[in-house]
Amino acid sequence: MTDEAFRTDVRAWLEANCPVEMRQPIRSEADACWGGRNWTFQSDAQRRWLEVMAERGWTVPDWPKDYGGGGLSAAEARVLKEEMQRIGARPPLTSFGISMLGPALLKFGTEEQKKHYLGQIARGEIRWCQGYSEPGAGSDLAGLQTKAEDKGDYWLVNGQKVWTSYADKADWIFCLVRTSTESKQGGISFLLFDMETPGVSTRPILLISGNSPFCETFFDDVKVPKEQIVGEVNKGWDVAKYLLGHEREMIAGMGLGAGGSSLTLGAAMKPADPLLRAEIAAFDVDALAFAAMSERFAAMWKAGEAHPASPSMMKYAGTELNKRRNELAMAAGGSDALEWDSERGKKGKAPRDWLRSKGNSIEGGTSEIQLNIVAKHILRLPGA
Amino acid sequence: MTLLSDDQKMLQETAASFLAEEGAIAKQLRHWRDIGCKDGFGHDLWKQFAELGLTGICVPESQGGLGLGATEAALVLEEIGRNLTPSPFLTTAVAAARAIEGTAHADRWFPQILPADAVLALAIDEGPRHAPERTALEAKRQGNGFVLNGAKQFVVHGASADMIVTAARTGGSPGERNGITLFAVAKDAAGLAIENEALVDSSKAARLTFAKVELDADAVIGEVDGGWQPLQRALSAGRAGAAAELVGVASGASAMTLDYLRQRKQFGKLIGEFQALQHRAAHLYGEIEIARAAALKAARLLDSNDEQAELYVSVAKAKAADVASLAVREGVQMHGGIGMTDEHDIGLFMKREAVLGEVFGDVYYHRNRVAELSGY
Repeated sequence: MTDEAFRTDVRAWLEANCPVEMRQPIRSEADACWGGRNWTFQSDAQRRWLEVMAERGWTVPDWPKDYGGGGLSAAEARVLKEEMQRIGARPPLTSFGISMLGPALLKFGTEEQKKHYLGQIARGEIRWCQGYSEPGAGSDLAGLQTKAEDKGDYWLVNGQKVWTSYADKADWIFCLVRTSTESKQGGISFLLFDMETPGVSTRPILLISGNSPFCETFFDDVKVPKEQIVGEVNKGWDVAKYLLGHEREMIAGMGLGAGGSSLTLGAAMKPADPLLRAEIAAFDVDALAFAAMSERFAAMWKAGEAHPASPSMMKYAGTELNKRRNELAMAAGGSDALEWDSERGKKGKAPRDWLRSKGNSIEGGTSEIQLNIVAKHILRLPGA
Repeated sequence: MTLLSDDQKMLQETAASFLAEEGAIAKQLRHWRDIGCKDGFGHDLWKQFAELGLTGICVPESQGGLGLGATEAALVLEEIGRNLTPSPFLTTAVAAARAIEGTAHADRWFPQILPADAVLALAIDEGPRHAPERTALEAKRQGNGFVLNGAKQFVVHGASADMIVTAARTGGSPGERNGITLFAVAKDAAGLAIENEALVDSSKAARLTFAKVELDADAVIGEVDGGWQPLQRALSAGRAGAAAELVGVASGASAMTLDYLRQRKQFGKLIGEFQALQHRAAHLYGEIEIARAAALKAARLLDSNDEQAELYVSVAKAKAADVASLAVREGVQMHGGIGMTDEHDIGLFMKREAVLGEVFGDVYYHRNRVAELSGY
């Protein structure tokens, strides 16, 4: 089928199947559908939208059909995305399974793992969280200490993770554990397990934004079946790094502006002050240039022409840009942007977004770590 | 298409090897500067552009050119920027060619541009800052023709040009787009005085004085009072082209600086081992990639007549100038003392950036234009 014929089909199908309620912009976190065992659908429309999209494999359009995907080519997936944007359709499913674990399983998983886990992710049945950082292993992630001992027919996991996004709401965790102390990076393995396993507990962390999207996660003699390892024992760092590339790509997207709005910041804010207008115009130049970079990066990445370390550059640029956007939005908002929980101020959206954005250049590897990676792997500077 | 086609990649490779070889700093920029050449570029090299067909890059195939677009011009200009190659390519083959395309002047000048027998220039600015809407140079009707009075400045290659595309006012008042008319002015027009000025980067730009310069009606390019349209065409092509050249300048300066970081030793270490410098180099790398993406997007949108083209042309010019400025400042600073010497090439990048940043509107002009085009 030609792209144009495909577009006509997609357009007609979306017209017939995308509920009108699902064509409204996402206003808050509650509007996004995360799925999972304990998910309460916000509306029938949200449930229906997920079901019809999952049935077509279009929650993950470019994954193979055998694993619950749509089997679309890159060009077809782009057409679908454009047609969804055209009618303002919300993503049917938002999940770390799609953006992070899935790509890693596609590359490193066994056939059995792919069939089992990828299908669940595509249908939104299991909500995943990420067990990476620890109290003593932040930027120096490979210094992690959470231990998994080989007990013959299971792994015995003990330790603590931190900054686990939505651990209190997740069904399963993909988790980096230490299986050997012989080598730092070469002693890490990548495990998958159910958050309801005895010995797993979570505690939400209250952030400066007043919200608690992250948790501390504790493992106390958690028994994990032997086969729930991705890749080989002590080779988990390769999986971890590959997954981080996808995480950084996702976070870099924040530079494009929340909600995918095509408005420039200046057009949204209409700054009257000439000095603020000038700063916002400078920002908008950078933001529009970064949008061009995102398109180019996506095309190069798909074509295999991008440097493997380039997500670090994108993550750095995108997150620094998003912080700047929020700083300028606060300035343009003036004292309106200081109200913490008024209805007028959408329950403090501006100050909470501003404070939350500070984490963008920390999570998924700090800006400084990304610059180290660019210096070492792309610029090949000495001793980096 | 976000990525380059095979043909575009081939053109890029051709331009890269041609300019690295023939357009190198020692062979062109330093050579013409040091002998005090009045043009600031070499006509032999311009002839070589013609042999490769590059003089006709934007000339339609039906008129003997390559019939290519802003994207291909951008690929060539990035290589020109990387090598600081002085040539009339941007003014003549890209911007002025767009001003006269589809008019009788194209029939007259394309046959001379193609074999590199002619150089064309654009006379737009009248003050030290770019403001084409504010064109005031007076063109009064007289008999069947016009008589021009006023002054122009920053006319790049103005003293080397055979014909100067000149923006003048036939109606309305400065600040209005209607009432501007483009004229083809011959270099030897009576009453035209040309002062050839050497700029900071050793390129040449002219100040022109028009004292009762009489022109026939057929000197008009396009429509009387309707010059904004061909002017805009020329400016868009020129701005997108200058953005690409600035990306090349930034890339060239950054490559030279990275080489230096890999070989200069202090405190018993290569200075590239210091994280303070690594982070700045890594930041610059990302900025250059972003500027290139913006320049290519602007060119692509121009080539497809997209309604967002004008917005992205200004985004590209502002971003590329900003980033090239960062690249040359970091370049000179990271080179330390040697970067302050005339002997070292890094300072030449700083000088070129200063001029290219100004051509067809500087960072502030284009940021303001982005704001206006976005409705604020």
